Amino acid sequence: MKKVYKVENVDCAHCAMAMQNFILKVDGVESATLNFLTKRLTIELDESRIDEIMVEVEKACKKVDREVYVVK
Amino acid sequence: MLNFKLNKKQKNKVIRIAIALFCFVVLFALSKIFKLESAFNKPIGWLFPFLLWFALYVFIAYDVLIKAFYNLKNGRIFDENFLMLIASLGAFALGIFNGASQRQAEGFDEAVAVIIFYQIGQFFEQVATEKSRKSIAELLDIRPDHANLLKDNQISSVYPDEIAVGETIVIYPGEKIPLDCTVIKGSSTIDNKSLTGESLPVDVSEGSTLLSGGLNLTSELVCRVDKHFYDGTVSKILDLVENASDKKSKAEGFIERFAKYYTPSVIILALLTAIIPSLIFKNWQVWVYRALSFLVVSCPCALVISVPMTFFVALGKASRSRILIKGSNYLELLARANVFLFDKTGTITHGNFEVTKVFPEENKEEILHLACIAEKKSSHPIALSIMKAYGKNIEEDYTLTNLAGLGVMATDGENEILCGNATLLENNGVDILAKCEGAVYIAKNRHFVGYIVIADTVKSEANRVIGALNNQNCKTVMLTGDSQSVAEEVCKQCNISQFKAQLLPQDKVAEVEKIINQKAPNEVVCFIGDGINDAPVLMRSDVGIAMGAIGSDAAIEAADVVLMKDNLSDILTAKKIAKKALKIVKQNIVFSITVKVLILLLSLFGITNMWFSIFGDVGVAVIAILNALRVDKN
Repeated sequence: MKKVYKVENVDCAHCAMAMQNFILKVDGVESATLNFLTKRLTIELDESRIDEIMVEVEKACKKVDREVYVVK
Repeated sequence: MLNFKLNKKQKNKVIRIAIALFCFVVLFALSKIFKLESAFNKPIGWLFPFLLWFALYVFIAYDVLIKAFYNLKNGRIFDENFLMLIASLGAFALGIFNGASQRQAEGFDEAVAVIIFYQIGQFFEQVATEKSRKSIAELLDIRPDHANLLKDNQISSVYPDEIAVGETIVIYPGEKIPLDCTVIKGSSTIDNKSLTGESLPVDVSEGSTLLSGGLNLTSELVCRVDKHFYDGTVSKILDLVENASDKKSKAEGFIERFAKYYTPSVIILALLTAIIPSLIFKNWQVWVYRALSFLVVSCPCALVISVPMTFFVALGKASRSRILIKGSNYLELLARANVFLFDKTGTITHGNFEVTKVFPEENKEEILHLACIAEKKSSHPIALSIMKAYGKNIEEDYTLTNLAGLGVMATDGENEILCGNATLLENNGVDILAKCEGAVYIAKNRHFVGYIVIADTVKSEANRVIGALNNQNCKTVMLTGDSQSVAEEVCKQCNISQFKAQLLPQDKVAEVEKIINQKAPNEVVCFIGDGINDAPVLMRSDVGIAMGAIGSDAAIEAADVVLMKDNLSDILTAKKIAKKALKIVKQNIVFSITVKVLILLLSLFGITNMWFSIFGDVGVAVIAILNALRVDKN
């Protein structure tokens, strides 16, 4: 299932790239693009575990920048 | 250039940087005037200046310290925060060592300066990013925030995406049209400027279809919803803009790969610089200092930031001109595009019929008048265009007889008017005194009066736009389903160098296919169409440009560039923006790599000091960012 989230405090383009790469490694995520300019994360994930996956996704973002959070 | 309001986070940072800079100057002056080392006795003489400088360091660098610490914990070692930390902490360590070993304790100022300037660079980056985000957000302003749902005679305000197809909504004057819908009650004027760039408001009444994103100007409308919010015009446009930067250009790809290998190799090089010569020459302090300078200058920030930013700014600028480009890779292609294929109807021409010639010119009024009497009841496009050219109401009431395939005969008992093709007049024994291919002939009481030529008119800007493309050494080709003679005439009017006529829709795809297969390696094929029946060709060409495509979902999806305004000059605007962006990207790549390599070499041989390295890092980054923002200027 495709979902779109807003991600706050993404300050630099290369950080966004790094976050995207970390998000793609999260189990259950099929595809993910983090658009730096519009701060939008478009993610395709396993719907049955959505809450659990999104927690992991946020953790993945925080690996790059602690201040980043996903708006739910 | 950066004139807009700072948010709270940015304000705090400005204040912090300003305080740090002030303290820096004061400390620097103090350390030059007074011997700060003499505050304590010799072996720990370095301690006093160190404490002062280190306090300032912690003040300005704490967030970088925290970030780098978390990155280390997460195994991300090679990023710019880390480079800056090793460089600055290294400089402190070296200063302490020198101080402890009875030498001049120096270098604390440089350690602090590295971080202050790094922060300034970061600040510039954030402000510039925020600026390009704003310009995109302006466009995203077409997003409606609510809709007035009419249900059981009650109106309630709900989110547009909660409304189902077939439900009824009310749109008050001054409100945005929330969903694609059809008017069922009321009439009003709609401003579609934000969608199509067309500043002339459109009149709508019962039965008119409305596109979401337009503005209802004058009075209340009751409408039936045609499409769910996510399938509507606004969502299509927003999707397009929001996903634009996902498609990466080659330049961005290059920079990403570059940064991946660059930073680790620089760290290894710095380590080698610190170790190998020290073993040979034994003066290790000198070499460690050089290695630290090396680290500072080597940060790839200037490139990693400025290249994607240039493309963002360019996409933002284009979208403000109502040109939507689906990715920075298309900017790259647009800049290089040199083969332009045009669809005729609706692209080069207006796509509607107009009276272009009346013969003889001196009897124009009378000829049009007679023709209008005959065509009064017809709704054929040709009849409508004659009526439009005449522009007055017809009082006379004739009996009209429609002769299929020939034209119309109109009589009021006294006079008889014939209006139709040459055969109609010849059949009635009228001598045609002047002929013109495809004209409508008029006769009154069996006497030839004149003819009217009706043709699709070429857009006023076509000649200028195609002339400009020809001047840029671009190949221009027109593809059309029309006859050879019509195509030739249109091409002559607007200087198109080649044309292919009598193409059925499937032939068009084959023709584009042929051109693409035969193109030279340096050619980039651009197809420009109005999006109707063009989807396959738009997809097949290197860059598919859909013009005035708002409302045609298939075209928006198939095209790579969407011109919201129905104006050919936007092709030139888009190409200009693309070229400028590419030029600036090249400048930034060449400039920052040259400066960095130069300072790297100089610092290796000890000719420069850390101050130069700081310029090589932050100075170059700021210059590159400012250069990137130049795309936005005309």
